[in-house]
Amino acid sequence: MQQQTPIEEQIDLPFVESLRISFQSLKIRFGRSIITTAGITLGIAFLVSVWTNNEIELALQESGRSSAITNLDEAAEQGISTKDIWLIIMSLIVCVVGIANSMLMAVTERFREIGTMKCLGALDGFVVRLFLLESGFQGFAGALIGALIGLLGAVVLGLKNYGLDLFFYFPLLPAQHENGAFQLGVLLIILFGCILGMILAIIGSSFPAWRAAKLPPAEAMRTEV
Amino acid sequence: MPDIVVKTEDVVKEYRMGSNVLRALDGINIEIERGEYISLMGPSGSGKSTLFNMIGALDRPTEGEVYIDGQNMSHLSQRQIAAFRCHRVGYIFQSYNLLNVRTAHGNVTLPMIFAGIPEKERNEKAEKLLDMVGLGDRMYHLPDELSGGQRQRVAIARALANDPSIVLADEPTANLDTITGREIIDLIKKLNTGQGVTVISATHDLKMLDVSDRIVDIRDGLVERIRNRDEIEIEVGEVGGHE
Ligand SMILES: Nc1ncnc2c1ncn2[C@@H]1O[C@H](COP(=O)(O)OP(=O)(O)O)[C@@H](O)[C@H]1O
Ligand SMILES: [Mg+2]
Repeated sequence: MQQQTPIEEQIDLPFVESLRISFQSLKIRFGRSIITTAGITLGIAFLVSVWTNNEIELALQESGRSSAITNLDEAAEQGISTKDIWLIIMSLIVCVVGIANSMLMAVTERFREIGTMKCLGALDGFVVRLFLLESGFQGFAGALIGALIGLLGAVVLGLKNYGLDLFFYFPLLPAQHENGAFQLGVLLIILFGCILGMILAIIGSSFPAWRAAKLPPAEAMRTEV
Repeated sequence: MPDIVVKTEDVVKEYRMGSNVLRALDGINIEIERGEYISLMGPSGSGKSTLFNMIGALDRPTEGEVYIDGQNMSHLSQRQIAAFRCHRVGYIFQSYNLLNVRTAHGNVTLPMIFAGIPEKERNEKAEKLLDMVGLGDRMYHLPDELSGGQRQRVAIARALANDPSIVLADEPTANLDTITGREIIDLIKKLNTGQGVTVISATHDLKMLDVSDRIVDIRDGLVERIRNRDEIEIEVGEVGGHE
């Protein structure tokens, strides 16, 4: 057997290339991405609407306006009620489960693609990075849409309860009230929702992506979904 | 001294499914010379794809060794295996395995992106390769917009992106009609004779017979026999008579 040049080490892809590949993929798979993202959108919409609604009530109570519905004394005492905390926790759980599930499906249906990329010289780390990038974008975009929907819902409810006063006292920015109650403000809630959606999407896809990337290409490409 | 590109030593592959063990390869020993056109023939389930995967470093053998260019594949690191797949081998599959999210051109550039080739250079090369396989006017179409034969041409162009010394093809014509299949075979043969690429193709397409230098008959995970070109030609005459 003749002496041959030794096999070199595969190089890492520049981050920009990974970014471009993931964007291209998202663009072409747009319709599909929307479906995956719907889980995130719903969860974050729920979370943001409950939370914003709460902020609105708090803000208007601080301003001395009473809701037509809420019992003023009780609300003023408690600030944020246990019922609302419960709702927020519930909506968070809905978020986590929905996102983890949609990410698992999104990765599974792309096993073949993963196997193919590895045939062409992709490192395991690249495959994982690609999925984390894609799911991060998806998570952020889906959560942003969800947050806006949630905001809209809370505003509609607020208008019903407080009328146009709502806009006068709208808790957009963080505020510290005289009685010590602190308000996060709607802007921060939306930002928080977006980041949460992004992080949950990345966490949800990391395990399946890592598992898929580890598979030998032959096995990954066999999988028919 | 013959220049051996691929050598397998007692390669065994077992698949474990629950308590069952299926021995898909039962000790394969073959040597393939540089520049040869080899067909792995055998009925469905005989182990052709499994052997294809072992030679292409797409899976690991349960026992035995595979040497490519004199390198023992089981001694390679992750990064070396990725580089090996990227530079040394071009893969062609029965079901094309194009990335549906990338255009024909995008599919051909991907292995060059992995190889770190600058953008301008890889774009030009992809155009050149797609021209060569006859898809100059379809470069920016997505795979979904192409026929089976056209998709396989894209796959061939992609397989050649990093100038591999070996092209591995697993039943490249199985999903194609006779005429398209013939065109694909001719294209692969042209690479073999024109550029000296070693071609190893699993197939049960008899059209492959007359382009092959040697045929390795696989049956139940074993090499049943190896036929040379001159032995084949007589049989091709017979086959031709039947068609
Ligand atoms: N990943 C796998 N898991 C279990 N059995 C497998 C796997 N791949 C192949 N086999 C089995 O191994 C045998 C050989 O398969 P294969 O190499 O695909 O044959 P061919 O390509 O010649 O049709 C078959 O019995 C097949 O069912
Ligand atoms: Mg097969």
